[in-house]
Amino acid sequence: MKKSSIIGIVVIAIAIAIIISTQNSASSYVSFDIAKEMAQNGSSKKIHVVGELKKNTVGQVIGVNPSPDKLSVSFVMLDDNHMEQTVYYNEPMPSDFLRSEKVVVIGSYHDDRFIANKILLKCPSKYEETEL
Amino acid sequence: MVHTGIGNIGHLLIIISFITSLMAAFGYFKATNNNEVGKSPWISFSRTAFIIHGFSVVGVVVTLYMIIYNNYFEYHYAWSHASENLPPYYMIASFWEGQEGSFMLWLFWNALLGFIIIKTNRKWEAPVMTVFAVVQAFLASMILGVVIGDLKIGSSPFLLLREVLNDPIFLINPDFIPADGTGLNPLLQNYWMVIHPPMTFLGFACSLIPFSYCIAGLWTGKVKEWVRPALPWTIFGTMILGTAIIMGGYWAYETLNFGGYWNWDPVENAVYVPWLIMVASIHTMITFKKSATALKTSIILVITSFILILYSTFLTRSGILGNASVHSFTDLGLSGQLLIYLMFFLIISIIFAARVWKQIPSSEKEASTYSREFWVFIGALTLSLMAFQVLIPTSFPVFNAVIELFGGISTLAQPANQIEFYSNSQVWFAIAVALLSGTGQFFFWKKMDKQKLIASLTFPILISLLLSAVIFIVAKIYDPVYILVLVAGMYSIVANSKILLSLLKSKSFKLVGGSVAHIGIAMMLIGIMFSEGYSEAISRNTLIISNEWTDDQNQTNIPLFLNEPSFMDKYEITYRNELMKVNDIPGYVKKSNLNNTEDPYYKVIKQTVVIGGETYAQAGDTVYVQSPENFYYQTDYKDLETGKEFTLYPRIQVNPQMGDVISPDIKKLWGRDIYSFVSVKPYSEEDIEWSEKVDVEVKVGERFFVNDYVADFNGLEKLDRMSFVDLGPEDVAVRANITVYAEDNIKYLAQPVFIIQNGQVGKQPDVIKEIASKISVESINPDTGSVTLGLTTTQKDFIIMKALEKPHINILWIGTLVMIAGFIIAVRRRYIEFMQMRDKGIE
Repeated sequence: MKKSSIIGIVVIAIAIAIIISTQNSASSYVSFDIAKEMAQNGSSKKIHVVGELKKNTVGQVIGVNPSPDKLSVSFVMLDDNHMEQTVYYNEPMPSDFLRSEKVVVIGSYHDDRFIANKILLKCPSKYEETEL
Repeated sequence: MVHTGIGNIGHLLIIISFITSLMAAFGYFKATNNNEVGKSPWISFSRTAFIIHGFSVVGVVVTLYMIIYNNYFEYHYAWSHASENLPPYYMIASFWEGQEGSFMLWLFWNALLGFIIIKTNRKWEAPVMTVFAVVQAFLASMILGVVIGDLKIGSSPFLLLREVLNDPIFLINPDFIPADGTGLNPLLQNYWMVIHPPMTFLGFACSLIPFSYCIAGLWTGKVKEWVRPALPWTIFGTMILGTAIIMGGYWAYETLNFGGYWNWDPVENAVYVPWLIMVASIHTMITFKKSATALKTSIILVITSFILILYSTFLTRSGILGNASVHSFTDLGLSGQLLIYLMFFLIISIIFAARVWKQIPSSEKEASTYSREFWVFIGALTLSLMAFQVLIPTSFPVFNAVIELFGGISTLAQPANQIEFYSNSQVWFAIAVALLSGTGQFFFWKKMDKQKLIASLTFPILISLLLSAVIFIVAKIYDPVYILVLVAGMYSIVANSKILLSLLKSKSFKLVGGSVAHIGIAMMLIGIMFSEGYSEAISRNTLIISNEWTDDQNQTNIPLFLNEPSFMDKYEITYRNELMKVNDIPGYVKKSNLNNTEDPYYKVIKQTVVIGGETYAQAGDTVYVQSPENFYYQTDYKDLETGKEFTLYPRIQVNPQMGDVISPDIKKLWGRDIYSFVSVKPYSEEDIEWSEKVDVEVKVGERFFVNDYVADFNGLEKLDRMSFVDLGPEDVAVRANITVYAEDNIKYLAQPVFIIQNGQVGKQPDVIKEIASKISVESINPDTGSVTLGLTTTQKDFIIMKALEKPHINILWIGTLVMIAGFIIAVRRRYIEFMQMRDKGIE
């Protein structure tokens, strides 16, 4: 076999290995019910859920409960299918949390608790503000 | 008054720059097809057009800067990126905080590089500048701000606030100008924000030069000759972009607290990937110059690196990364335009390359395993695969979007633990790169066969194994992957040093660029291995700080009570104070020594500030605080072994847009950095729980106790005016002055205020966190000549701190400098080569 063919095969093999390993490690954007299903089927994979904080009729955020020592927080989040879920986060509440228009939580179900390891906030950046 | 003139000038200049770039593109295109060189009509025409273009770009930059500098808040760009309290050196940063400004920065660099190309080139001007002018037209179109029907082309930075915002105030008063802008994000008020973006965009701009030469070569049939003039610029661009990437990393490490200097965030990856390909292209281009092989690979790599720069622009500016990145981006609605820009150059490049692909020479016979061509090619392949591994997951949002476009559903997301995922793969590529960069050098300088190879490799292999063995015994490295990294890195250093020495011996100083750069990269690899692989929390602690926290969080954070020493690692550490920075006062001022006023930027000094015998502010002085959102937490360290002391001031910024932003303070020691930050700041006033109030009645000069500290009541003082309270002629405000004597002979002044306003009694207590007390004036008793003070106490002020040890991180930074030095030597050599050939009339 020619050397260039061998190199070609090796490169393709590495490329395929990269794609497979990426696929295995990739997380996914899911809704809470699918995340729950995954956890019940024994998957401990961390997933992304996109949603927003629960609000009452006048638009105030409700259901956010910082722990008494303020070192952690739990909150009620609605995913894109409007399913409600209490999320636990083992870090102090980010101060801009209540202003966020979109929340991405990365974590998984432990029994019935959804524990977030990381939160990405999309706050209405002031550059997008349409008011003075 | 609304200054509409300056904005109109700016917008006009943008339009001129757009049109002139099109004219230059057309003229240079004609000139290329006519094979014109020198001062032919089309070239003269296009040159003039491009020079006008360049000066209009400079004009646009100056205009926008004037708007920011003069605080013309009637302009949306100035309003949203600048403010009255912003010092001039950060106004430059405001300029490129927004997308429009950063496009302008890019335009500016490209125009400048275009001038250099026109000046330094003889035969290549027409085709190269055609590509330049087209790129400039695309970039100018991004800020064009022209609306034709429903079609919006570009987003102009010269829009008035009233054109952007739908606020009713503009119906009442169209000439309304806000008093202040919303300012530059405080987190970006940092000198890195002044240097990092221009450096990055210069790197981006430089990648255009090799690409233009490559397209020019393919277009005019000079499929080989383009390499020589392109090479110095490829190396220069790689150096600049590499430096910019490291600067970003250092910024992240020092200020942004992303958890280290590299976080594998999509935004970082988007620049890292093209950089790797640029490095690969340097190597294949050099090989081609030496032995006329690898030309096709060079063409592919040069084109790919430019396309990847455009792709990264698309990723970061189209808003497609919205759910994937911690960086937030504003979407200016330019995604369509960005996509056209990307696709245009992708398709053009493929067409140009495909047209002449068969004519591009490639060697028929296979490269021998003992040839440099073979090893350089393997090196380039490794770098490409290394880039591929990062590119795939970074592109997930694009895959999702494409699949959804065709009606499918795709929910791929970044791996949940990004850092682990990328690092675990990249480390193997890095090991391969280190081994290849060591071995490749031997093939590069000499003809090799089996015997010679063994002869020249034996020595470096033995030496590097020996050195690695010493290091891993001394530094206690047991992880097999890290041992491999160490051996590979040491091997690269030893092998390249051997080449370096022999080059120095033969006095070929100008040829050492490659080996120096390789040594730098290998040092960086070893530095990364130590500082990340052996980064360890030294703030170990057995207390359970919070039941909600994980074991890891509880064990690696340490609570520090004010003025109470704790022990950590080999240090005694004490949290001393919550501090702020005040203009014109060196160092820091205690937050408790500053009273708020209605304006957050102005505070009133409570106790006279004396530093080194000099008085900087008297009690009652109003001082200016440029960054009232920054708080510093003084922690004193005492080395228990050597008795040496130092102090760190980690910061928490209460950022109006981002919440509390934690920034570390770093102690640089010889073998390691101590990286400490406050993970939980003291409770804010409203969260403190106070004890039941106790009343004491005191007379002037009388001594009493506050939370077990001795205190003197010095008397009452009538106030004529007060912050936050409008005193009428009938109203009275009285302040009690109380001195509290705390540990270490420190005196604190408590000044509670008693107010009678409109017949109502008001109390303004004073909190002294250092003694965990709140004192208020409850009543003034004229009949007994005394006052009644209300005293309540709380638990001592504390912070929760985390400190990491980053061993041998200095090797990474030194390696970076060595790498940059190597690049500079190589650029110089290749540029001289190009000049010599050009002056002979060959190019």
